[in-house]
Amino acid sequence: MQNWWLISREWLDARFPVTQFWRDHLSHYYAPKNLNFWYFFGSLALMMLVIQLLTGIFLTMNYKPTADTAFASVEYIMRDVKWGWLIRYIHSSGASFFFIVVYLHMFRALLYGSYRGPRELLWVFGMFLFALLMAEAFMGYLLPWGQMSFWGAQVIISLFGAIPYIGSDLALWIRGDYVVADATLNRFFAFHVIAFPLVLIILVVFHLTALHKVGSNNPDGIEIKKHKNEKGIPIDGIPFHPYYTIKDMAGAVAFLFLFAVVIFYAPEMGGWFLEKDNFVPANPLKTPEHIAPLWYFTPFYAILRAVPDKFLGVMCMGASIAVLFLLPWLDRSPVKSIRYKGWIFRTALALFTVSFIGLAYLGTVPATPLATRFSQLFSILYFAFFLLMPFYSRWDKCKEPPDRVTK
Amino acid sequence: MGVQYKSFVVLGALLLVLPGMALAASKLTLDKADIDPLDKESLRRGAQYFANYCFNCHSIQFMRYSRIAKDLQLTEDEVSSMMIFTGAKVGDPMNVALLPDDAKRWFGTTPPDLSVVSRSRGVDWIYTYLRSFYRDDSRPWGVNNAVFKDVAMPHVLWELQGLQEAVYGSVTTPDGVEHKVIAGLNLVQKGQLAAKDYDAVVRDIVNFLAYVGEPTKNTRLALGKWVLIFLAMYFVVLVFLKKEYWKDIK
Repeated sequence: MQNWWLISREWLDARFPVTQFWRDHLSHYYAPKNLNFWYFFGSLALMMLVIQLLTGIFLTMNYKPTADTAFASVEYIMRDVKWGWLIRYIHSSGASFFFIVVYLHMFRALLYGSYRGPRELLWVFGMFLFALLMAEAFMGYLLPWGQMSFWGAQVIISLFGAIPYIGSDLALWIRGDYVVADATLNRFFAFHVIAFPLVLIILVVFHLTALHKVGSNNPDGIEIKKHKNEKGIPIDGIPFHPYYTIKDMAGAVAFLFLFAVVIFYAPEMGGWFLEKDNFVPANPLKTPEHIAPLWYFTPFYAILRAVPDKFLGVMCMGASIAVLFLLPWLDRSPVKSIRYKGWIFRTALALFTVSFIGLAYLGTVPATPLATRFSQLFSILYFAFFLLMPFYSRWDKCKEPPDRVTK
Repeated sequence: MGVQYKSFVVLGALLLVLPGMALAASKLTLDKADIDPLDKESLRRGAQYFANYCFNCHSIQFMRYSRIAKDLQLTEDEVSSMMIFTGAKVGDPMNVALLPDDAKRWFGTTPPDLSVVSRSRGVDWIYTYLRSFYRDDSRPWGVNNAVFKDVAMPHVLWELQGLQEAVYGSVTTPDGVEHKVIAGLNLVQKGQLAAKDYDAVVRDIVNFLAYVGEPTKNTRLALGKWVLIFLAMYFVVLVFLKKEYWKDIK
């Protein structure tokens, strides 16, 4: 048995570097030994991607992307396809869980300065992933062809119309019709199931390649590669496999437990994951009373609505995502981790967090004058966090980080 | 640290104010439907009432007769004689013979398909709606509805419930304008059923519609606990395994 295994591995390695790959990325890839709770969300995001891809493939087998059949085919999946309801609920709740995981993953980077050099590109790839994930989710949400699918797409695509000169032609080009229609559904389907997933996978490969080149940051925000033993192995590093594979498995199962609670006991999540209006087939002649995007878009949607001018609003919404890309070059702090940053950064991050959650909430409610005032306040705080960072991060009184990682 | 804490408190307080703005926008309180999806008797009665009172105009096209037979533990013959009024076969989707064009002429609108109405409107809404018709001679069918103003649907259950009349009150909005609103409904003409029995009939219909909205719901709930038990046990094993592996890491 042992012999047979060795021979086939040799045969393989001479033709394809399996062992080398295993060593480089798992058994001899060294990660800091002090990674904490916040470091689960990277591998969880990868797991969510795989779950969405797999359930998506099975949904595609029974979904029919035309305006006449889309809504009915989703109900067909829910009723007549064996286990179709489970696959559909995993996919629909999965979208929300994917965003929960990704937001926490990004927050981790803010906490510990994981975007700082030499991890700038790692962060930028991650931001492309985030932007693409939003596009993927937006297009996927049109496919059930319910009222919210239709009117959400109608509202968001019409935003492009606010761009001077080319706006209305651009919106028309995106829709392929004068309103969201069959042509729109067909192209969104193509993007959702082929184009974007392909690019997502490629970007994940880039993201991981960049990560494995520079190595993981850690809660202390110091480089473990500074202290290596005589074999060139970081003293505070431990092999990713088996240490982090087993740890991440435990984390994944705990996460799946929460995921399963939603799938089996609250797949609509009170209208947050599956909106009530989306159980009404799309009707171009009847606008719903209140159109709100799904919760993971609402912070940016609230920024859009906070600005009285439509074009400026669109620009601000775009800027609120674009500014994230610049983060590595905005932070001028001498240290990376919040553990050693001073009160200014801590306050700034706290204000930013509250603003982000506040905007997320405000994006879901009708735009009353009071709600708009709050949105404006939170939008200003959102942008201030980034745009003032070059100044306050330098003024902040930081502590000296330790030389070696701490618990 | 102190400043950070204070800003959390202030902004936390602001966040507490926000939900109030959403509440102000909501209107009418709905009565609780209080249905029991596991009560097969209620579901069978609901199917019968639905067939007798709703199914002439409202389809449930994503449902099949045979599925109802299977889930409600009836024979296919029983379901056929109870629910099939068209030439449909027992495996067919549940459509109505009413033509959309005729419906438009007679009611002014096509009666909506009710397959997922329990999920779009919610069970409490349907329960309240079916009990909120009141006399209004200005409407084509002589009735209006307190939940769905100027609805095109006649009060098909009036023989059972009788006829209600609206009692009006007034509400003054913060800007000082007085509005006439429906404060309650009074039964002015007795029906075949007492109010309590009528509510029970409506509850059975709502229960049936909730089942039709998601026929797999009971399977989902029953399977859920086994999945959770498995994941919980698996988690315990993995935690011990992780502890074992990490013993030598200081």
